[in-house]
Order: sequence, then C-alpha cells, then structure tokens
Amino acid sequence: MDPLEVARWQFGITTVYHFLMVPLTIGLGIVLVVMQTAWHRTGKEQYLRMTKFWGKIFMINFIMGVATGLVQEFQFGMAWSEYSRFVGDVFGAPLAMEALIAFFLESVFIGIWVFGWGRVRPRIHLAALWLAVLGSVVSAYFILAANAFMQHPVGVESVDGRAQMVDFWAVMTNPTLLVHFPHTIFGALAVAGSMLLGVAWYHLWKRRKDGIDTVDDNGYVVVGSTGSKARDETDYKGWRSSFRWGGWIAIVAFLGTAFTGHAQAQMMIEQQPLKMASAEAACHDGTGFSVLSVASRDGDGATTCDDVVGVFEIPGLLSFLAHNDFETPVEGVNSLIPQYEEAFGTHLPDDPRYGERAGSEIEYLPVMEVTYWGFRLMITFGGVAALAAAIGLWIGRKGTVPYDKTLMNLAWLSILAPFAANSTGWIFTEMGRQPFTVAPNLDLTGVDQVWQFTAAAVSPGVSGEEILFSLIALTLIYALLLVVEIVLLVRYIKGGHPAGMHELLADEHDDDEQDKPSSDVLSFAY
Amino acid sequence: MEFLPTLWFILIAVLWIGYLVLDGFDLGVGMLMKGWARNESQRRVLLNSIGPVWDGNEVWLITAAGATFAAFPHWYASMFAGLYLPLTLALLALILRGVSIEYRGKSHSQRARTCWDWCMAGGSFAAAFSIGVMLALTSTGLPLDEHGDRVGGPLAWFNGWAVLGGLAVVGVSLAMGWAFLSLKTLGAPREAGNRHLRRYLPVYLLPAALWAIGVIIRYPKAASFGMIVLAVAGMVISWVASTKRKEGLTFAGMVIFVALGIGAIFTSMYPNVLPSTIDEAFNLTITSASSSDYTLSIMAIVTAIFLPLVLAYSAWSYWTFRRRVGEQHIPESAVVTPV
Repeated sequence: MDPLEVARWQFGITTVYHFLMVPLTIGLGIVLVVMQTAWHRTGKEQYLRMTKFWGKIFMINFIMGVATGLVQEFQFGMAWSEYSRFVGDVFGAPLAMEALIAFFLESVFIGIWVFGWGRVRPRIHLAALWLAVLGSVVSAYFILAANAFMQHPVGVESVDGRAQMVDFWAVMTNPTLLVHFPHTIFGALAVAGSMLLGVAWYHLWKRRKDGIDTVDDNGYVVVGSTGSKARDETDYKGWRSSFRWGGWIAIVAFLGTAFTGHAQAQMMIEQQPLKMASAEAACHDGTGFSVLSVASRDGDGATTCDDVVGVFEIPGLLSFLAHNDFETPVEGVNSLIPQYEEAFGTHLPDDPRYGERAGSEIEYLPVMEVTYWGFRLMITFGGVAALAAAIGLWIGRKGTVPYDKTLMNLAWLSILAPFAANSTGWIFTEMGRQPFTVAPNLDLTGVDQVWQFTAAAVSPGVSGEEILFSLIALTLIYALLLVVEIVLLVRYIKGGHPAGMHELLADEHDDDEQDKPSSDVLSFAY
Repeated sequence: MEFLPTLWFILIAVLWIGYLVLDGFDLGVGMLMKGWARNESQRRVLLNSIGPVWDGNEVWLITAAGATFAAFPHWYASMFAGLYLPLTLALLALILRGVSIEYRGKSHSQRARTCWDWCMAGGSFAAAFSIGVMLALTSTGLPLDEHGDRVGGPLAWFNGWAVLGGLAVVGVSLAMGWAFLSLKTLGAPREAGNRHLRRYLPVYLLPAALWAIGVIIRYPKAASFGMIVLAVAGMVISWVASTKRKEGLTFAGMVIFVALGIGAIFTSMYPNVLPSTIDEAFNLTITSASSSDYTLSIMAIVTAIFLPLVLAYSAWSYWTFRRRVGEQHIPESAVVTPV
C-alpha cells in the first residue's frame, strides 16, 4: 500500500476536522472577552447571562480543539518524518513556542476561568479570560508562521540539503504570515458571528412561539415575561444583544476576510502563481476572471488544462484582482508549468527517498477541480454567511424575529456557512501548494533552493498499513465525537441562558439562597 | 561537550519530568475513576480534584514533543515514526480521556457517564502505558538504519524494555495519583490514598526503578549512580512519610524519585538521544540529531523568558485551587432542559 496517499488523506482529514473547532474557539473566545468585559464595566445582567451561556458553548467546543490538536503535534513526526528532518530546524521552533508561550497560557487560565467563578476576585477572573483568549490568538500566529513557511519559505538557507534557519525575525514576519493571520482571525470571527446570530434567532423565535414576546401594529417588539427568571425581560435583552452583535460581527468579519483575502491572492500570484492559476482554471495568460469554467473529461477521468472552457468570464477582473489594473495579463498554467519544469525538473530524482515514485514525472498542476471549486466555495460560503447576517439584521431591526419556522430553520443553517468557508479555504490553500510540502519561490522574493516535494516528505520506515490503521481509527473516533459534540451543543443551545446559569430555573422563593451559594459548594464542578 | 545541544538535552529531560510529575497524577486519578471509585460522588470528587489544572498539565507533553521537534528534529522524526502504533494508541487514548473530562458531567444518563468513565480510566491507562513505551525505548534504542528509519516492520520496537517502560509510567502515575488524592481530597479518597501508599508504594514504583537501574547498568556513569541512589532515597522518604500520614512529604518524595530517576536515565543515555539497536554507528546523538546552534540559541532565549513565567502562573493556579475537595463541595449535577 502506498503510504503517501494514505498519509495525505490522514493529514487532510485530521487537520480539516481540527479546524472545525479552532475558529469557533478563537472567534467565540474574543466575543466572550467582550461580553464579560461589558458585564464588568456596566454591571448589566444580560451580559453576565451571555457570558455564562456562551461560555458553556465555548467549553463544549474548546475541549475538542484541545484533544484533536494533540494529533497535529505528533503526526509530523509519525507520518512525515522526512519532512520533519528537512524543516525541523525552522519549523519546529514556532511549534515549540506555540506550546510554551500560547498553549500554557490558554490552558492554565481557561482552568482558572472555568473554576474561578466566585473563587477569585471578578477583576482577576476577567483577566484570566483575557489571558486565555490571548493565548489562543497567539497560538494562531505561531502555527500560521509554520504554515506560511510552507507556502513561502523565508529566513532559511539550504545546508546539507536541509532548511536551516538563519533569520528568526524573517520567519516570524513572513509577509505571507502577515496577511494569513488577519484572514484567519476574521474567518474565526465570521464563525462566531453566525453562531451568535443563528442561536439568538432561535431563542427570539422561541419566545415568540411561546407567546412571551409579541409585536405591535408597526411590527415593533413588545417584550414580555413568564415571571420566571429564565424567560424574563433580561433573557430577551441577552438574546437581542447576541443577535445584534452576531450580525455585525459576521458582516465586519466577512469584509475583513475579503480585504485580507484580496491581499493574499495578490501575494499568491507572486509567490505561488500556479496555485492561483489553478484556482482560476486559467490555462492561458489573460485578464479575465472566470465565474464559471467547465471541463470536458478525457479518457482516464482527469481534467487536463486544454479541456477547460470558460463559460462566463468577466474581462479585466482577474488582472484587477492580481495587479489592481485591468490590462496586465496574469500568467496561466500553460506558461507557468514550463517555468517550474525548468527550475525543478520534469521528473523526480532517482533517489530512494522517493520510494516507488523515484524517477516518475512530476505533476506540477494541483488537482484543479479541488483548487477551482475550493476557492469558489470558500468565497460563496463566506458571502452567504454575510448576506444571511445582513438580511437577518434587517428582518430583526424591530427588535425580534418573525414567528416563522422556515426562516428559523434557515437561521440554523446559516451557522454552518462560515465553517464551510473555513474548511474549503484551507483545502484550497493546502491542495494548491501541491506537489510541494515547502513550496519554492519562483520569483525568488523568498529563499532560493529550499523546497521539498510531498513525495519526499512521508516517513520512509512506516508502512501504508500502519497509517491506514490510524486513519481509520482516528476517523471513526472523530466521527463519533462530532456527533457527541453536536448533540451537546444543541442541548445547551436549546437550554438557553439557564444552561449556563442553572440558578435561573430555581423557584422564586429560593432566590436569595441561590444567588449566594454557600461558600462550601463549588460554583462550578465537572 | 557541545554546550547548546547539551542544554537542550537537559531541558527536554526537564519537560518530561514536568509532564510525568504533573500529568502523571492526572493520569493516575483518571485510572482510579474505574480502578477505585465505586459511586457517583466519589467519581466526581476525583474528577474535580484535577479539574482546574489537568489541561495545563497536558501542555507539558505538547511542549516536550514540540521542543524535541525544534531542538532535535532527527530524534523527533525517528522516535515518532519508529513508534507509530504505540503513539497512535497514545493519541486515541488522550483524545478520549480529555473529552471525557469535559463531557462526563454534561451527560444526562448513567449509561453515558459510565461510558465516559471507561474512556477516562482506559484512556489514562493506555496513554500512560504508551508514553512509557516511548520513554523506555528512547533510552534503550530502536532498530534504526543509518538514515534513522525503523527497520523490521510495525512491531519491531516491541521488547521487554517497552513493557517495563509502560508499566513504569502506569505505576508512577498511579502512585502520584494516590498521593495527589491524599493531598487534595477529603474523606474516602484521601484515606484510600494513604492506605494504598502505606502498603504498596514500592510496588507502584518498582518498574520505574528497574527501568532506571537497567539503563544505568547498560551505560554506566558515576553521576547516574549517584542520582539513582538519591532517587531511591526519595522513594524511601515518600514511603516512610506515607506511614506517618505526612501527605505533603509523601508527594514531595515521589517528585524527587521521578525527577532524579528520569535524570539518571537521561544522564546515562547522554550523549545518545536514541540509540540504534542495529549498529552503534547509527545512534542518534545530541550532535547528530540536533538543530543548528542558531535555532537552539533562539529557543533557549525564548525558554529562559517564558518557562519561569509558565511556572509562576501555573503555581499561582495551584495556589488558587489549593483547597481540598470533598463530597460536600460537589454541587448537584445540572440537567439541561430546553427552555
């Protein structure tokens, strides 16, 4: 069995899966910081309820990110030992620093935050959340520094055929990283924004359904209360805030991803022109942006560049996206591949580390269906999420949402769009990097001579069967855990604010006792 | 002696000691969720005794792996690829164990809770065992060719050392788990911890002691003899302290045993980081496996700044949650129902 293909599937599945949890952790973490700070500054109870409710949602997801993140730290060595040897000098450092600087901060202070309600002073408790979330944002910077190195190696030179770091500062200020990072953070905020909006929509809808909130003749909300703290006016205010915050965060985050994405695309045309060209199915040099291209398939089912036919192109747009003018043509696949062949050869070297692939022809063109559709789906899902947020804000402008089940279901669905945008974006950028693990710098803006073919990166001593075993085991457990996570998320979401503050459900008489739990009982326990 | 690779060799030993001491008791407590606890309130006391700190403790493992990658890429590559199957087991175990800590209390049915308890106990056991396999084999060697790749198939690493190392970390974790419970809980777990350690402490630590002594006999060095003598002294102190119910000293003695035991093993190995059982010429050493001096010095500066910070705020977290946990402190578990 071919270890390379299995190892690639394993890396793809485990990483995409891990990155379902990561953006929600980062995005919701930032939002939580704002919520708890708002509570601390204003003392308004709805912010406390929001903090506690969203804190539960955050933790259900956080633990999955932690657990699946371990796989990332181990599998470079396990399945990609040649890669690890090749880049360890430069690539290991950001990983180690991520753990030492970011993960410790995140993990220790999240423990203090979760168990610290009522145990540490409010100011310290708030600071713990700030530090934990700072840790998750900093961890994103470090891991993206490592990834940016794979897209655009800088700060290294080739010594004995390996990448050796000579300029740490250059690695940590890689221009690719500087646009990668805000793009990822905005992508994470988009996830959090849609989550807030969709969940708040559900609860505003539920309050309408249960007859608590009504609307007057002009369509403006008339807030009601059931008399229970779980469904009072403060409950409404909490959902109303989550609703508005979520909508605006989703829109701002989308604009942020659009601008940073534009900067990324321009950089990609310089650094990895073949990735961008294959994302555009741009076979020939030109200026037009393909809205839709189709390909006739040849005998063995693969798409070759000559089969691609543009169905609908916007003239000049590609040039504008690439160079900010409408005339300069962008190089297409057909003129780029010969450049790569000249620089890096047409065949893999006859070297044992390439295994059975030694001496075979190099396919420089990434799998074009994946890059082309990955790129478009990323933009589409991102746009759908922002559009849904804008429409949602408009529909909800009078203080609540219509009592309409279809709209409510659409609101639930819109939560998924930014997740899909994140996944397709990463699939595009990593598949577009092929056939390299460390992509070479064609234009030499980065470092010459440091690049590695994916075919040379896999662990030579490990059999395909071993990797297949771990791939199956991890995929099964991941699938099961995803079901568990979603069940728990839905249960807590439907539980509303009381899911985070059980005392809201207590009988009115017990209020005084419940507000101040006896100092002996933990305010939070597993 | 190469200064920077030696420094990093010592730092990695320190990270492993940190992991074994801190996550060791988490794993031990995890195993006792099924191995000792007999009812719901006992299980919740156990779980909440490690609740606020276990996640930070696990980061020592990530840092040890990451630092090995950064400082000794060849060590990282050969060890992790060579031990593919045991490390797969470690990952699966750590995933299930971590998730069970968070999700157990959010389950509504007793069946689900029992299921999470098995994930916690089985996961903790399997994680401890497979990490023990890895640590033992990095001290005694893997069948590596001249390129550092494993030869002989997926189970070529398996031998008596692997089993001994696995048992060693399981035993240390259980002992540390009991010591932690007697230090951090009230009532039944505390009493059980004291009783078990008084009776069986040397049994729990025996495999670890045998592993350390075996490595020292294999690569004898005066310094490691000294360390192992002191480590055994730590064990004796711990045992004597446990008979006198001095819970803090029991724990401290165990920390001395682990620190000096691992110290003795690493000292004996030096300058090898991962020997080859095929040919000594293929041994990975601190110089042949290490990163460039530039990388090692950058990493050393960063560590010099941040490791003390990590230790400081971790210590503060332990101080904040220093109070013992007993059944009387555990709130009723909340059932979440739709509004």
